[in-house]
Amino acid sequence: MKQSIKIISYGAGNIASVKNALGRLGIDAGLAYSPAELETADKIIFPGVGHAKPAMENLKKAGLDTAIREFKRPVLGICLGMQLMAASSEEGNMEGLGLFPGTIKRFSGSIKVPHMGWNSIREFRGPLFRGVEPGSHAYFVHSYYLPRADITAATCEYGTIFSAAAWRDNFFGLQFHPEKSGATGNLILKNFIEI
Amino acid sequence: MLTKRIIPCLDIKNGRTVKGVSFVNLQDAGDPVELAARYSGQGADELCLLDITATLEGRSTFIKVVEEVASAVSIPFTVGGGISSESQVEVLLSSGADKVSVNTSAISDPGLVTRLSRAFGNQCVVVAIDARFTEGEWQVVSHAGTRTTGLLAEDWAREVCDRGAGEILLTSFTADGSRKGFSNDITSAISNRLPIPVIASGGAGTPAHFYDVFTKGGADAALAAGIFHYGVVSIEEVKSYLKERGIAVRA
Repeated sequence: MKQSIKIISYGAGNIASVKNALGRLGIDAGLAYSPAELETADKIIFPGVGHAKPAMENLKKAGLDTAIREFKRPVLGICLGMQLMAASSEEGNMEGLGLFPGTIKRFSGSIKVPHMGWNSIREFRGPLFRGVEPGSHAYFVHSYYLPRADITAATCEYGTIFSAAAWRDNFFGLQFHPEKSGATGNLILKNFIEI
Repeated sequence: MLTKRIIPCLDIKNGRTVKGVSFVNLQDAGDPVELAARYSGQGADELCLLDITATLEGRSTFIKVVEEVASAVSIPFTVGGGISSESQVEVLLSSGADKVSVNTSAISDPGLVTRLSRAFGNQCVVVAIDARFTEGEWQVVSHAGTRTTGLLAEDWAREVCDRGAGEILLTSFTADGSRKGFSNDITSAISNRLPIPVIASGGAGTPAHFYDVFTKGGADAALAAGIFHYGVVSIEEVKSYLKERGIAVRA
């Protein structure tokens, strides 16, 4: 039976890109604007770009914060989506969904911010990286990051070594954009589909 | 390690790519979607689609091109040309573009950069700066180089950075079309002083020019159009040249 993947639409997402990428893999993903629309979903993708604070407010207004937290099947947060899944964030000094322990920090030092472009990822853990070569390149665009911790599922280096991916139970997060990361990104999305 | 990006630029008029494209095996060289897919397959790190249409009708055709490119390629792309409002940006981003670039409209209305970065996040706001070396200074020009603005490139770059630009696309009108190399001096003056990425544009003719703009110019990315379209040099050739000389590029 074909699975149902829902992309959460809350006014802070690169929805079209994610939907297109899944389409290239043969999945016609629907959009979910409310918790009710998530009930029948087999999997959720939680994208996000822009600022953390208004994104979190939109999520709460729609009741989607609780719905994501209580979802029992695989959830994939992308970019800001992954960052909102952490316990807290320095951006807007706010609490997140608490699915990944740790605080989202801003890049500092003499590096350019945002971290923009293709960077190599390695130290993989978990099903999303099955078949991915360590050192493969993924496309990043972000100014904040989740520091390396136990839940880290891939690392990347930019001034510091940070979490390019996180994984705990049914919750997955990718700091880079798999939907914009060429063949490597397609493989990672395919792995998510096949979990 | 963060790699240096190579970005081909497609000029699009009424939904068709302009400038002769001499690729063999392309069924339709004027089809931007096929060309975008081709460049993506050759290892382009990003794409830039520039709408050079003047008519309203052409604009809606451009949106369709953006949608089709977005569904065909899995690399990021920036769109630009005649963008002057938040509502235009909203349509382009929801059509699948990853970033937008603003140029002349930012000069006449600098607050546009601030508003776009607040509304959509600085990661998708690229400010294109066209500069020409005149009377011993790098001056900002507008309207495709036909007008002077009274701004100096370094000052304007700093201002748009302070206003929330996520990236600068710096085109040297002094070097553009010459194929004699990028303008490394002004690229370096801006890229090494500002905390945001700089894409250098104008003057690419050989793989060595890309090496120079990344080493001497301190650019984070380099954009070219003609040399790729006419097959003077391929993206693969540029990347293997860079890789052999120790510049990090995406395989």
